[in-house]
Amino acid sequence: MEDSIILKYIVVDGEFQRAGEASSDVKHKLKQLGVPADIIRKVAIAMYEGEVNMVIHANGGEITVEINPEQIRMILEDVGPGIPDIEKAMTAGFSTASDATRNLGFGAGMGLPNMKKNTDSLDIETKLGEGTTITMVIKL
Amino acid sequence: MDQFYHAVTLNQSLCKGCTTCLQRCPTEAIRIRNGKAKINHELCISCGQCIRVCPHHAKMAEYDSLTTMRDFDYTIALPAPSLYLQFHNLNDPDIVLNALISMGFDAVYEVSAAAELVSEASRKYIEAHKDEIPGPFISTACPTMVRLISIRFPNLLPLLLPLKPPIEVAADLAARNAMAKTGLPREKIGVFFISPCPSKVAYVRAPLGVEKSEVDRVVPIKDVYPLLLAHMKAISGTDYKDISKSGKIGISWGARGGEATGLLRESYLAADGIENVMKVLEDLEDQKFQELDFVELNACNGGCVGGVLTVENAYVAEARLKKLRKYMPVSVNHVNEGEEPLILNTKEIEYRPVFNLGSNMLESFARLNKAERIEKQLPGLDCGLCGAPNCKALAEDIVKGEASETDCIPFLREKLHNITTELEAVSKKLLDDPKTAKSEGMVIVKEYFDAIKKDMVSLDNKNRG
Repeated sequence: MEDSIILKYIVVDGEFQRAGEASSDVKHKLKQLGVPADIIRKVAIAMYEGEVNMVIHANGGEITVEINPEQIRMILEDVGPGIPDIEKAMTAGFSTASDATRNLGFGAGMGLPNMKKNTDSLDIETKLGEGTTITMVIKL
Repeated sequence: MDQFYHAVTLNQSLCKGCTTCLQRCPTEAIRIRNGKAKINHELCISCGQCIRVCPHHAKMAEYDSLTTMRDFDYTIALPAPSLYLQFHNLNDPDIVLNALISMGFDAVYEVSAAAELVSEASRKYIEAHKDEIPGPFISTACPTMVRLISIRFPNLLPLLLPLKPPIEVAADLAARNAMAKTGLPREKIGVFFISPCPSKVAYVRAPLGVEKSEVDRVVPIKDVYPLLLAHMKAISGTDYKDISKSGKIGISWGARGGEATGLLRESYLAADGIENVMKVLEDLEDQKFQELDFVELNACNGGCVGGVLTVENAYVAEARLKKLRKYMPVSVNHVNEGEEPLILNTKEIEYRPVFNLGSNMLESFARLNKAERIEKQLPGLDCGLCGAPNCKALAEDIVKGEASETDCIPFLREKLHNITTELEAVSKKLLDDPKTAKSEGMVIVKEYFDAIKKDMVSLDNKNRG
């Protein structure tokens, strides 16, 4: 379809320096599309948090972004360890990040809460030992 | 003046159409068209990077000439803090200020003095409003940064400190002071900023944050420097006047970190160099620096001392700053009696969406989709030979109707390769046919064809390394 755009990004495990690359590219494309600034801000924050989560917890993975004139859908898929307790993970400040990660300034336990706060819907499908798929939608 | 005015221009006869500026422009505002570097005026932020890197000196800054002093009955020089740092062994700014007077200016007003007032206003503003915005305040002193944010980082506009840059505060105070002193109308008074960069020229001619700038002319440090040297020599050793009204804080604005340290807060970041600040802005957009109060951004390496209209090496200038300010008071915060500095912006800085691919969202979607497909077909070498800075930019230019796929040299080579293959098949057929094989024309065609094929093969081998 001409008015729907699909973008794919690979997130590499442990590469903190590269976290934010996908979010940066999506941001620029949204500006080229003329998407309002406050929507771009939400997408940037949600995607960046998602990328960092994948780098820290999920052994990397793949992000698919579908953009159409109605909405922006971000699908973050990984084959990481899975989330044992979603409710706990959604609590602001709850974190399982290692000290090494926290020393880098990450792992404050605000990832999922920030993703939820900036999106219109957030679904988590997770299976222990198999991986997690997070689908976020932001309406235009 | 056009709101997209930029202070960078091209000397057509010197431009060789090479790819140097094309590939170094931070906003990808340059294209090579008909063998010359053309600037997209909506994207240019007057950072001066192309002027700095052009090996043929074809890129030039626009500014005013000192001869325009004749346009006014009374002239005031506004030296940038970076001006003092251009001189070897200068231990007193007053030597520079007195030399400006002896050069012909009727008065001087130091931008560093106004900078201290801006520092004070910033401290108060940040303290009063820090809980109202989602992140650190961003400095508005470098007009290139404000311009960059206004076209590329709309989300960061609410973080901009809504205060005028020191040159504007200085110009306003200097002009009012001169009117009161001389009784002349405003238009007879000329306020001359002595600038380290073209960015300030763009600011004065197409202001941001105010309707109209109080600066009347912008002259470059490099033009004033040689004239000043002679006057400074004559002055030093004499009993010159005590003019300077600035301290450590004001003078330090001339180099990276000066503005930020003047806030007397601990939680700040000061970045310099256009590529570095772009990275900081990207990170700010992802809300990475929530713990900071303030972000100082300088388009030039080293801060204002790194401007393209300065004379001295930026790092040497920065080293001189430490020596010059050593015995200065921290801050003078001088205001003439009865004068109230006007520091708050009078106009909001707005988002200017210049990156849109189409005139509406649907057209933009279709074009972005097409551009993505085209980009995949392109070689990904980012060589710049097509006239666009990289393959992605070429793909976008193609969908906007400003370029064509055949502008891509490797693409063209591939196309030629296919034509030779077809030609080979045709000529083989003709040679195999006894009716045409022996004709004189065919023999000539075959010779030509062999030559082309030889070149093509050697080109292929070179390309495949």
